[in-house]
Amino acid sequence: MFEYTEKIREIVKRLLQDRVVDGVIGFRKGTVPMMNHPFFMKHIEQVPQLYWDSWCGVNLANYLPKRQDKVAVVAKGCDSRSIVVLIAENQITRDQLYIIGIPCKGMLDRRKIYDTVRTRGRDITDVMERDGLIVVTGKDFSLGLDRNQYLQENCAICLHRNPVIYDELVGEMVPEQEIDRYEDIRAIESMSSEKRWEYFSKLTEPCIRCYACRNACPFCYCPQCFVDESKPQWVGKTIDPTDTLTFHLLRAFHLAGRCTDCGSCERACPVGIRVRMFTKKLEKDVKELYGYEAGVQLGERPPLDTYRPEDPQDFIK
Amino acid sequence: MSRLRLTQEGLTEWLRRLGNIYTLYGPVLTGSYHEFKRLQDPGEIDWDYSNTRLSPKALFLPPAEKMFVFSMDPDDPERAILKEAPKDFGPRLVVGIRPCDAYAMKLVDRNFITPQYRDPWWEKRRQETVIIGYGCNDPCSTCFCLSVGSGPFDTKGLDVLVIKVDGGFSLSFCSERGKKLLRREPLGARALSESEERSLQDRRAHAEASMPKFWDEKLVATRPLLDIFNAPFWEDIQFSCINCGTCTFLCPTCWCFDIQDELWQNKGCRVRLWDSCMFPLFTLHGSGHNPRSQKLQRVRQRFMHKLKYYVDKYRNGVACVGCGRCVQFCPVNIDIREVMRLMVSHCQCSL
Amino acid sequence: MNNPYKPYPVKIDEIIVETDDRNLRTFHLKFLNSEDEAAFQYYPGQFAEISVPGQGEIPIGIASSPTEKGYLKFTVNKVGKVTTYLHNMKPGEIIGVRGPLGNWYPWDKLEGSNVVIIGGGFAFTTLRSSIVYMLDPENRPKFGNITVIYGARNPGMLLYKEELFAWEQRDDIVMHLTVDATNDPNWRYNIGFVPAVTKEKAPSSENAYAIVCGPPIMIKFTLPVLRELGFAPDRIITSLEMRMKCGIGMCGRCNIGTEYVCKDGPVFTFEQLSQLPNEY
Repeated sequence: MFEYTEKIREIVKRLLQDRVVDGVIGFRKGTVPMMNHPFFMKHIEQVPQLYWDSWCGVNLANYLPKRQDKVAVVAKGCDSRSIVVLIAENQITRDQLYIIGIPCKGMLDRRKIYDTVRTRGRDITDVMERDGLIVVTGKDFSLGLDRNQYLQENCAICLHRNPVIYDELVGEMVPEQEIDRYEDIRAIESMSSEKRWEYFSKLTEPCIRCYACRNACPFCYCPQCFVDESKPQWVGKTIDPTDTLTFHLLRAFHLAGRCTDCGSCERACPVGIRVRMFTKKLEKDVKELYGYEAGVQLGERPPLDTYRPEDPQDFIK
Repeated sequence: MSRLRLTQEGLTEWLRRLGNIYTLYGPVLTGSYHEFKRLQDPGEIDWDYSNTRLSPKALFLPPAEKMFVFSMDPDDPERAILKEAPKDFGPRLVVGIRPCDAYAMKLVDRNFITPQYRDPWWEKRRQETVIIGYGCNDPCSTCFCLSVGSGPFDTKGLDVLVIKVDGGFSLSFCSERGKKLLRREPLGARALSESEERSLQDRRAHAEASMPKFWDEKLVATRPLLDIFNAPFWEDIQFSCINCGTCTFLCPTCWCFDIQDELWQNKGCRVRLWDSCMFPLFTLHGSGHNPRSQKLQRVRQRFMHKLKYYVDKYRNGVACVGCGRCVQFCPVNIDIREVMRLMVSHCQCSL
Repeated sequence: MNNPYKPYPVKIDEIIVETDDRNLRTFHLKFLNSEDEAAFQYYPGQFAEISVPGQGEIPIGIASSPTEKGYLKFTVNKVGKVTTYLHNMKPGEIIGVRGPLGNWYPWDKLEGSNVVIIGGGFAFTTLRSSIVYMLDPENRPKFGNITVIYGARNPGMLLYKEELFAWEQRDDIVMHLTVDATNDPNWRYNIGFVPAVTKEKAPSSENAYAIVCGPPIMIKFTLPVLRELGFAPDRIITSLEMRMKCGIGMCGRCNIGTEYVCKDGPVFTFEQLSQLPNEY
């Protein structure tokens, strides 16, 4: 993916030279292995800091809501879908954006790699990637891992690897995957209601109510989240299991028909909760009930703020 | 200081005996990361662990803890009167805590045990807990304890220090309490031989040499607070922050908390909960005014509190122990080491 | 062991609606236990956490003076969850009080000096405490001239009206009451904002301290007036408001620079504030 880095730098240099944008939201190389650092730059001298590799999972659309300036933003498939949703929700306008599209072969999951290597006390000092192989190096070991086994879960089942909107692409479009996205969700659906309750209760058990999932989400931009409201107080603030589950369920419902499965919530969760199990169920429901995928079509109204006569109405019968 | 040497079995057996007096806590692998858990048996301890995901502060300051209970029953003569929630303050032994995390508790003591007020729960738990630390032969690449006044074998917060040596462990006491503990001499223990002691010192030197030192405490301490507060570099640092609070929740020296009342029918309780200066709600006034409404202000608050305000207030070093948790788990790679470097280089420029 | 988080139980003895908009009520609280009352030794300028079981705690400046025995007085503005609930409570109900908390106006320094008190709106609570304290026959000789400038949006929004008018009649305190505007034909006092009235009345800075409490905008425009009158920053005193929880410098939220407003404040001089980040 190094050619992407070169291309991004080239595009950004031109955009800044021609004063097409006021600034650029991109990545610079991270300070620890398998991490890159989102940053905002305005000056041509900063162009060499721009960087791209398989650890750019952070959804840069998260930095867009309520911006006033005109910016270029580097966007993978999922990020571009988030941008489409944010435009539909009036958080930013298309004119304010110059989208540098990244055809994406999936971002890698540092936690999976850590789990493989570090649970036994081994520390990773460097990670390189070439030809579908990840080479993980530590103080006294070096390990080759198959890239495809270490994709972020949302990337492994992604159906929109190519940006859905862009002003310029950094490379050729990549082939889209044909894949069953909902195998795990169907497994949960087929459980008895008790089992399902148990499943979700267990899922949120380690939650410490830090709300990192919410803050990492590009769509959790409410000026005040329902969990923070005190008049009335909708939900208790302790780590009581009922309150915790209420938070996760309500948050997921707020994302129905909006979530683009970018995986930011899971990446941010400090205790490793598979937050996407909530949002994916609703994503599947919205797809089945309304034939809608969030953020795929610019200008399309989301199903939960429109009405069509053929909408399913069983729930109000 | 004399060191004892014993095998892993010997160490486990010794802890098992101490388990008759103390409730034991230690690092165990839960899912994909380690956590301090109550041990049924000291054999559960994973001596190969690097560090726990969450710091051990929860053992002393639980994420959610009942402070008081009360009844709102109209017929109860004690209605609306708060009573301390019953708690178990029995003797505890925390085994395997890393020196940095133990030192963190010494730093937090400054906040909770003051000449004017003493936090009863923190203090009681600190008094009732014996800490057996575990030296770091192999610090992580994100560790920087030596830069901030601690170290891989720092004994400041420990009662006993355990170090892994070839074929077993060495034990030494670091406090009066630890000395007493070691009087119940471990079975099969012997003194560390001279050559073993030498090799332990070599390990120590090796571990310490692997650590970066980039912080200049004096330089930053002598710089006027407002000069660092108004420095331009905060703008760049704050951009990527998503105010998720992961850093504060994982940090062993972040102690801020919230107090909330909960009421269910006629029964109520007052609880304290971990809170975070990353959240706008943390400082929001009832009037709607918020003195730290901007992300930049909140990001700066966290770093300034640790690296400058705490230093100036207590003259007790920085409120960071270099455990590297925030470095590893910040979802957007905000690296406190970089912030420290920026602060130092800002302070190197003349005023 | 004395638990600093544990409130003293108190009974609501009396509730007075202070303002025409009914948003400010004064609560007279009586201790259930006399030993708690004996332990609650305070100075004007301090605050307490009022604990409403099931709702939470709120930090409120103490409006009574230590010279008034047998009860505590708090004036509460209805803004959030706890204060709204409290406003709907009735005399006889049990709540809690935790304190006294924070520092106080520097009474040791104020003794022997002239004192200028400038207040705006409902920030007059601890100022009332201070005035009552200084006017106490035993204390009055310790202070020089006492000048009070107090303003509200309109006459109906002034706190403690009866007392204000009684002080007006006295000759050992100079009162300058003012309102932003009024169509009340009986209003015999000043009309105008507090900074303008301060400028007009020009209290002397000679051997004087000024205590200024009010909305941020009032403070912002009053400060330059006081500086012009010759008050040095270390002789202008204010009391900060912050969101607080513990009240004893532990929970961290009221931290500004090296200070915890709840414990190291809330009373600061402007000299002290000039050394701190402007995050209040």
